[in-house]
Amino acid sequence: MNMIEALTAARPGSGKTRAAAPARRRLLDQDWRRLACAGAVLAVGQVFIALTGMPVTFDRRLLIDPILSLGYLALLWLPPVVGNWVGREQVLEGMAAYAKGGRDVVAGAMAGLLGNLGLTLLVLGITHFDVRDPLVHWSPQLLGILEFDQSVWLGALVWPAIGAATGALGGAMHWMGDKTARTMVLALSTVFAAAVLESVIVDLSQGFHIEAVSDWLYGPQRGLTLAATAVIVAVAVAASAGFSWARAASGRTAPQASAQPDAAGAGSLPAQTAWRRIPARKLLGWAFAPAAIIVLPLFLGRLTNELLANVGLFILLALGLNIIVGLAGILDLGYVAFFAVGGYSVAVLTSPGSPRFDPEIPWFGALFAAMLLAGLAGLLIGAPVIRMRGDYLAVVTLGFGEIIRILLLSDWLSGTFNGAQGITNIPGVEVFGLATVRGFEPRSVLYLVLFFCAIAIYVSWRLENSRIGRAWMAVREDESVAEAMGVDTVSAKIMAFVTGAVLGSFSGAILSAKVGSVFPHSFAIIVSIVILVVVIFGGMGNIAGVVAGAVVLIGVLGGPNQPGLLQEFAEYKILIYGALLVWMMLQRPEGLIPSARRARELQANDVNQDAWLRAQPAGRATDDAGGTSDRGRP
Amino acid sequence: MSPDAPATNTPAPDQAASEPVLELRGVNTHYGAVHILKDVDLAIYSGELVCLLGGNASGKSTTLRTILGMVKPTTGDVVLNGQVVTTRSTRERVALGVTMVPENRRLFKRLTVGENLEMGAFLRNDADGIATDREWVFELFPRVKERLNQKAGTLSGGEQQMVAIGRALMARPQILLMDEPSMGLAPALVQQNFELIQQIHESGLTVFMVEQNANMALSIADRGWVLQTGRVVLDDTAQNLLAHPDLQASYLGTAEQ
Repeated sequence: MNMIEALTAARPGSGKTRAAAPARRRLLDQDWRRLACAGAVLAVGQVFIALTGMPVTFDRRLLIDPILSLGYLALLWLPPVVGNWVGREQVLEGMAAYAKGGRDVVAGAMAGLLGNLGLTLLVLGITHFDVRDPLVHWSPQLLGILEFDQSVWLGALVWPAIGAATGALGGAMHWMGDKTARTMVLALSTVFAAAVLESVIVDLSQGFHIEAVSDWLYGPQRGLTLAATAVIVAVAVAASAGFSWARAASGRTAPQASAQPDAAGAGSLPAQTAWRRIPARKLLGWAFAPAAIIVLPLFLGRLTNELLANVGLFILLALGLNIIVGLAGILDLGYVAFFAVGGYSVAVLTSPGSPRFDPEIPWFGALFAAMLLAGLAGLLIGAPVIRMRGDYLAVVTLGFGEIIRILLLSDWLSGTFNGAQGITNIPGVEVFGLATVRGFEPRSVLYLVLFFCAIAIYVSWRLENSRIGRAWMAVREDESVAEAMGVDTVSAKIMAFVTGAVLGSFSGAILSAKVGSVFPHSFAIIVSIVILVVVIFGGMGNIAGVVAGAVVLIGVLGGPNQPGLLQEFAEYKILIYGALLVWMMLQRPEGLIPSARRARELQANDVNQDAWLRAQPAGRATDDAGGTSDRGRP
Repeated sequence: MSPDAPATNTPAPDQAASEPVLELRGVNTHYGAVHILKDVDLAIYSGELVCLLGGNASGKSTTLRTILGMVKPTTGDVVLNGQVVTTRSTRERVALGVTMVPENRRLFKRLTVGENLEMGAFLRNDADGIATDREWVFELFPRVKERLNQKAGTLSGGEQQMVAIGRALMARPQILLMDEPSMGLAPALVQQNFELIQQIHESGLTVFMVEQNANMALSIADRGWVLQTGRVVLDDTAQNLLAHPDLQASYLGTAEQ
């Protein structure tokens, strides 16, 4: 029972603080369950990750040249997270603050150790049993990685030790204080980003003609060199220190400072100082951001431009779906239909390879036709489903999404759409004789995409703050009441469908010209699902959130038919989408960037619901100032 | 009309000469094949505070939905300000000056209080008038002004009720329909809520209230009807209804006297 020994060894340390705070929960008495639970979760998680094959697939992708590959990182990241979680305790109002201390480290170490025993069992299991039949990755390659190409016993013994060490590191983050912990997280994530973004950074440094930087950063086999890693860590630490110094000097209060009264200290000047600073900074940002966006593609290589163009296509799609799902609250699972209408309209009208419609028209003409047809499709799909609500509506839209794909594939319409062979030979976009946008010039595609993204963002923004936008939100919140307020709910919902459809058709039209061909299988149901995930992940009903969602998911992980930054993840894309979505729904149901509304609500910070009842006899207006200031004081 | 006006048996004698602002004439409403409202006749005159009482499934909410046009009557007519609006849309009826405070408040929970109020004025275009009415709502409910930027879903029940009433007032209605204003509120708040309704009524609004809590409703109303399985069974002044033996037996119970 060496775990108990470890615990008793830890007792003197925590014993000192316990005397000061008798109400605190103690590790030995109550936290065994928590520890066991964390260990079990970690063990299951580690074995699961190992058996998905990630360590094997990612093994060749070096992050830090000789020592760390992405494969090992897949197994290394979880113990510190769980180790950190197991030591986390809520600060309860009215209770003595829980003292951070050595016991967090011990708890983290024990959780990591317990959890990585799962890997030990896996190592021993692979050596003694063969269950490759259902579990494809129960393989010698996995064993090789788990035992570091040494011996079984080394692997079996080293993993728990690694777990204990990394778990202790996670636990120690409570102990080392917020500032140090933040610095550490910043350093680690900077290193991770620098390693993972290798191809982009190489691409960028070629664009700016500073290849020396990337040559120095990355070793010959891909992956950061050790020296570069050390420098990046040093820069991150310095930046973090400089940032907190600057913050202390300017006296701005960060939101987290007000959450922890004892940490506020020097930074608790009135909020007006922070307020007055915003406009100038914002103004600069407003001027700088578009300029950067316009200039940057000139310096980017093919790879990054291609990637950004793909992201842009999904931003367009996600903005369109955002109007339907995020603003009007209609769960549309067949959004890919409008993407397909846009793509195929342009293909049929512009390609000499399309069976019918011989006089081919230029892309911009075809785009108008595509918008018209997509709007019509929105009307056709919208009108029958609009009287349904909730689940039924979702199921029907799902059906419509598939119907469009099957029609494109059908023999009946193969005279127009060419069935499974699709339409090829779609010419590029002639921009009024000034330039030609073609798929093999990703930069030109990116500019076209950016142009349409700008239009879509502007339209979304104007719509959101318009009368129809408010009608949509009211319908989303409560359809009957919206109707009782005088909103024409049927036409509002159809408007949402049509607007969303037109925005989606932009994306399809650009895709046709970019790829030069369209096939029915490019418009499968998974596209609808991915767009929906982007919208939900980014933050429903919020333009910035949707853009951020597309950048993170499509840019980093890749879309249904496009590779992302982490090309290695292609196989695990959907798994990671799922995991991210679950995590997001649990931790931040409002999405990556919560809407401005939510921020405002947090700013107001006076949710003081029952004061009204309490203040009732004394006259309402006078009493609530006292009620608000009472909060947060034990 | 003040609540302590002399009791009479004929409803609304003062307005007998004038036109009712809202009238249901022989309305029958069906949900599918089910007959909900049976030959309902109601007439509400300007400046009245009247209530429609009834138990569960007696057709109270359907009456309101019929008035607003969210269901269309099978036969009979809805008359607003002398205009027959039976075939008109909800939107047009709201524009004619009838607004509802829905049952259980039903605010737009993820919108802010301010946006909820704006939604109340959805059909109005007079920015100045809207601003005036906003100030009026703030005057009635100072608490609403404090909560302006907060999401409606985070308010307490009492505050939500204020916003719901405020939202309806923002349409500057002639007739305010209230669907079960006491539902889902703590007893202390119910009392306060009825005081609010009375206050709004005294500011000149015609109020048509649908309630299960007959004692409470009749204590502030001028007149009332009792609806039973879709049929108006009693039609009298509030005082007479309070004293009526049938009503006592069926809704008020003996314990509450």
